[in-house]
Amino acid sequence: MARRRTPTRSRALSGLAALALVPLTLTACSAGSLGSSSASGGGGTTITWLTGSDATAQATATSIVEAFEEANPDIDVELDGRPAGGEGDNLVKTRLQTGSMADVFDYNSGSLFQQIAPEKNLTPLGEDVVGAVEDSYLPQVSAGGDAYGVPYGTAFGGGVMYNMDVYSQLGLEVPKTWAEFVANSEAIKAAGIAPVVQTFGDTWTSQLFVLGDFHNVLAADPDWAEEYTAGNAKYATDPVAIKGFEHTQEVHDKGFQNADFASAKLEDGMRQLASGQAAMYPILSGNITTLLSVDPEAGDRIGFFALPGDDAATNGLTAWYPNAVYIPNSTTGEELEAAKKLAAFIASPEGCEAQSQAAPPTGPYLVEGCELPDDVPQVTKDVQAYFDADAQSPALEFLSPVKGPALEQITVEVGSGIRSAQDGAALYDQDVEKQAQQLGLEGW
Amino acid sequence: MATTAPAPSRTKPTTSAHRVPGRRRSPYPGWFYLPAAVVYGVLFLVPTFASFYFALTRWTIFDSEFIGLANFVQFFQEPALVKGFTNTFVYAVVTSGAKVVLGLGLGMLLTSQIVGRGYLRAVVFFPVLVSSVGVGITFQVLMHPSRGAINSALGVFGIDGPGWLVDPQLALLSVALVDVWKGVGLATLIYMAGIVSIPKEYYEAAKVDGAGSWTLFRNVIFPLSWPATSTVITLSLIGGLRSFDLIWAMTRGGPGFTSDVIASVIYKQYQAGFYGLSTAGNVILFLAVTALVLPLTRFLARKEVEL
Repeated sequence: MARRRTPTRSRALSGLAALALVPLTLTACSAGSLGSSSASGGGGTTITWLTGSDATAQATATSIVEAFEEANPDIDVELDGRPAGGEGDNLVKTRLQTGSMADVFDYNSGSLFQQIAPEKNLTPLGEDVVGAVEDSYLPQVSAGGDAYGVPYGTAFGGGVMYNMDVYSQLGLEVPKTWAEFVANSEAIKAAGIAPVVQTFGDTWTSQLFVLGDFHNVLAADPDWAEEYTAGNAKYATDPVAIKGFEHTQEVHDKGFQNADFASAKLEDGMRQLASGQAAMYPILSGNITTLLSVDPEAGDRIGFFALPGDDAATNGLTAWYPNAVYIPNSTTGEELEAAKKLAAFIASPEGCEAQSQAAPPTGPYLVEGCELPDDVPQVTKDVQAYFDADAQSPALEFLSPVKGPALEQITVEVGSGIRSAQDGAALYDQDVEKQAQQLGLEGW
Repeated sequence: MATTAPAPSRTKPTTSAHRVPGRRRSPYPGWFYLPAAVVYGVLFLVPTFASFYFALTRWTIFDSEFIGLANFVQFFQEPALVKGFTNTFVYAVVTSGAKVVLGLGLGMLLTSQIVGRGYLRAVVFFPVLVSSVGVGITFQVLMHPSRGAINSALGVFGIDGPGWLVDPQLALLSVALVDVWKGVGLATLIYMAGIVSIPKEYYEAAKVDGAGSWTLFRNVIFPLSWPATSTVITLSLIGGLRSFDLIWAMTRGGPGFTSDVIASVIYKQYQAGFYGLSTAGNVILFLAVTALVLPLTRFLARKEVEL
């Protein structure tokens, strides 16, 4: 009896102790405001800004907050972090729904912005805040005639980063058509260099041939996005739109890929590109930060060109708009005023400058009066050139709310030879249908 | 303290009130159940039954719309689902089969008189204690085709190791292998308990009859540890059907959809914001597991009685 009692009691005790610890650990989790940078000045308003928890996002936000607090000594801004990707999406949606969102947060513009029900959850911003924002950007953060956000970061392009040393050694020119792209690849392969980098270890990178080809789709049919949203245009049946899937397959079938394409990650791809082991990498120009982190000297050696279509005359860039900073309608009173000031600051030349100091810009700022610094990497200059020549179209996700979630898995299959391009495009059309139905669009 | 106090008071009412022994009234009132019932109801019953309703709607986090059985129709049209179902069954059968075979073997080894038995028991059981996600990420590194330790080790012997997790033919089996490595400790433990509980007389009687070790295994150990076998099969089959964490940590259902199981298909729908669709998927998974496991446990229990 006596021997049995002791363990029972100690187990009960440890159970109690565990129970007592639960709330402690929970509070420890929620109270962790990551990298709060404020110097805790006395007596002013304090607002919280929810941003990405990765190093680049924190550094950029910190740089802005420092410049902003200097200009507004009575306002303190604290930073909070959230994960990227689907998990972060859920967090943002849940916190908006429960009215527990931070005073200011940054999030995608375009179709993802429409999914967080802006008219229900966000505070519309007046001319005093969005006055300097370029008109081309405003539709991406507007709903029902009101603008809700200011651009945060720079625009970027989806296309091909290429090693300019390899190109000049082999005497190649930047391709303006897909046929030239294939011819270049053959020449590079003959020289013993992997022509095209693919990194399916980070599945999202597999989508570039499809998503980055959208300028060419739009060049062939300017109304394609509307037709697509209405459910009339499909990838599998449109001879131009399916090209993206076909190119993904062609690169695999002709053996243009790097040997470790199935497991390589973004960093591996950048390393191969920077070292000249590989020549071309279809990727977003925004990933220049990754390139510079694996090789700080690569900025001058790596250039950028748009994914070519069939017609050299309409060659141009598929462009992505920057994320935006929003204010939820749960922010009121003094905090709301302070939040609006912060938003206006971000959409001002001082705000752009603070961002440029933290990380090199990857394309143009969409704020009037913002200039790119002179020492930007070559990739950024090449992207800017497409904007200057007005040879760019927004990516499909900015023109249509319809975007299927499984595209990256499908393009991995097409690019690994598991599934044909035709089959992959048809599968993606089915995937898209669910999204359209979830959004309650007409005609699906 | 708590165990000693009520002992004398509990005997009192029975002696004074001449109650039927065996159907003794509990000294605690029924509403003591209430706190537990509230917690159980709020955290389990309400969400479960709510999910049966929400499976019939298309809901966002902001509102919901009743659409009848459309979610189920759509879920069954999901191309990844067919693959997911096949993979789930392959995975469940492979892992539970391997756990029975290895668990029985290890169980016999670790109940016999061998050197360092206690240490070996700990080693075999250890992987059970580690978190699945941690194991998944570790093996993801070990199984990397060019930089992983496994292929480097094979390279020493001149073998060109495969891309364990990136080869569409192999990915699911590689994950199953890790699942077996992680789960076999528990199976072994159950078998050890089963084997130890076999009365010594059976062994002695068999030995007197001149049974060799194979006959001993075939006619004594295996049949008499049947309760352990049925427990291992049931547990690992249910675990295999519901498996998610390890697969998600190691391949995320990839490359493409080649190692998707039902649970990861459901999770992806949820992640994409198709809440109604993923709720419907969970209802289907619930029904499928019930439909499979109920008859199986009946069957296994019947066999137990027969023995």
